[in-house]
Amino acid sequence: MSELAQTATLTPARGRLRSAAALYGLWIATAVLFIVLPQIFTSGTALTTMSLMGIAIIFALSYNMLLGQTGMLSFGHAVYYGLGGFLAVHAMNTVLRDGLPIPLPLIPLVGGFAGLLFGVIFGSVSTRRAGTAFAMISLGLGELVASSALILRNFFGGEEGITTNRTKLFRIFDLSFGPQYQVYYLIAAWCLICMIAMYALTRTPFGRMCNAVRENPERVHFVGYNPQVVRFIAFCLAGFFAGIAGGLAAINFEIVNSAYVGAGQSGLVLLAAFIGGVGFFIGPVLGAILVTYLQIMLSDVTEVWQLYFGFLFVGMVMFAPFGIAGLLMMHEPLWRTGTLARVLPAYALALVTGLVALTGVILFIEMIFHFTVKAPDGPMMSFLRIRFSVATVLPWVVAALLVGVGGWLFRRVWPIATGAFHEALAHARERRQPA
Amino acid sequence: MSGSAIELVGIEKNFGRTEIIRGVSLEVLQGERHAMIGPNGAGKSTLFNLISGRLTPTAGSIVLKGENITGLAPHEINRRGLSRSFQVTNIFPRLSVWENIRCAVLWSMGYRYSFWQAIDRLADVSARTEHVLNEINLVDRRQIQAGVLTYAEQRALEIGITIAGGAEIILLDEPTAGMSRHEAEHAVALIRKVSEGRTLLMIEHDMGVVFNLADRISVLVYGKVIACDAPARIKADPAVQQAYLGTTA
Repeated sequence: MSELAQTATLTPARGRLRSAAALYGLWIATAVLFIVLPQIFTSGTALTTMSLMGIAIIFALSYNMLLGQTGMLSFGHAVYYGLGGFLAVHAMNTVLRDGLPIPLPLIPLVGGFAGLLFGVIFGSVSTRRAGTAFAMISLGLGELVASSALILRNFFGGEEGITTNRTKLFRIFDLSFGPQYQVYYLIAAWCLICMIAMYALTRTPFGRMCNAVRENPERVHFVGYNPQVVRFIAFCLAGFFAGIAGGLAAINFEIVNSAYVGAGQSGLVLLAAFIGGVGFFIGPVLGAILVTYLQIMLSDVTEVWQLYFGFLFVGMVMFAPFGIAGLLMMHEPLWRTGTLARVLPAYALALVTGLVALTGVILFIEMIFHFTVKAPDGPMMSFLRIRFSVATVLPWVVAALLVGVGGWLFRRVWPIATGAFHEALAHARERRQPA
Repeated sequence: MSGSAIELVGIEKNFGRTEIIRGVSLEVLQGERHAMIGPNGAGKSTLFNLISGRLTPTAGSIVLKGENITGLAPHEINRRGLSRSFQVTNIFPRLSVWENIRCAVLWSMGYRYSFWQAIDRLADVSARTEHVLNEINLVDRRQIQAGVLTYAEQRALEIGITIAGGAEIILLDEPTAGMSRHEAEHAVALIRKVSEGRTLLMIEHDMGVVFNLADRISVLVYGKVIACDAPARIKADPAVQQAYLGTTA
């Protein structure tokens, strides 16, 4: 795994211009992508989903400033997201009530500064410690704020939360932000700004020292830096960006409630960052997109979607601890030397057999769920558009066969796939050698 | 300019009821190469930890260039111009060699916690990093993760991180430990080069290295300095031979 030089890959002076040009190109491409996406995916659901993805990307990247960049495992990052959301909602209502000339696109900044403020307050306590102690304090602070949300009803609105109306604010360019596509573009713009800002942060003296603190906080002391201060600044800035995400969520939903600051939200952002890959800047972006997609899609398809979600997380932690980005970066040398095509047949084989086994597992889970929890609905259920009765033996036999045969084949094919990878990697190294 | 760089006055350090350092007074002169020798468990590394702020002395005071630094945090002592290396390699393993050195030059060049400057555009930082990499002969390895360097290269990087900030006073804790003779010779040449014009205090077990490099030698035995003198006289000192070199003749 030593190739995973991750975000720390350096840019010596020689390649600087070229890499800077490549970077600008990448951001422009991202901007273009954000602009045309609604033209490709035109449905209302797609627009909503993409809006949520944009918010999730900012939130997950802000989380990774802590976990991936500085090595701080937080269980309470939703506090800054949620408080940003609440402050944004109150700001919107104040603007509405007093008719202040503050347009909607600036509201996320209110969320950001709220996140920053609470980052300063809570961070001054929690960043005095690192490692497990920091994680525990973050958990405690998360619980503290989550329970306050139900007690301080004036500010948090109790169970119902606080509602607002995004369309009645001071207008610029005659944008009402009533239609979802306008909100999407607002989120997309903020998402791009935040992505660029958070990436730029990793390329500053402070950003580099974050990585140093993650690697070896003790040594940081002996090169003149106070790791506690590095952690504190990282924490405050992460709070700022989380607050922007919260503010955007408030605009998107026009309601903020106690769930925003809760442990569930904190856990979700951890999952997104980890599944995407915390060692890479792009990781949490991929994780946020996937997790948001699954949240919306899976919950439509199956009632036990959280179970699959849990399986995915456990599977990633066990078999791909560097996340999706890690898996992709593993193949970077192959892609670069054009040897990627060699592994594809073996991968396809593994994919097909794996899918067969997976289908069997899912069939089992769904049938058990139907047989137990949904027993009052009768024995008929459908899976992959096939209707059958769980009271008969046949579907159980089919599921067992799928798992058994698929699993057996997969175990035979897997060494072929990994073998193909290593062979292609060796070949790629050989090719690169003379250069 | 022959003032004292480091002055220890009656330093004591206890861990619970165990006395590790039992009243050490020592003066390291500005610009000298000072070696500290002594048997295992004499407290040499503990003394380094006390001077560099990793530990706080139970009693006594530590004076750096005339300023009392007793009880200061390690980063505060580092900012006052004292930098140290470690006996067990203490680097940033998953950062590249280049990043390792660059992190070590940043504070001394005044960039502090700057999160508004693009680091790759800081020409002075890049130049200084390049210079240090040259000094420790790791220019070709700049892109490599520090954790996968060979042992001798990691030791060189350890010294590189220590000197990168341009500290006037350098503490090296067994810089040649675990090296082959050939590697050790390289390391000694490196230490000689990088300590030019600075104050050096080093712990070393290899007597060849010590007598070759040091202007003065202190001998630490059971938490006390029993001798502090020029190499030739240390060699001849019967108390040192008795306590440390083990010869009763």
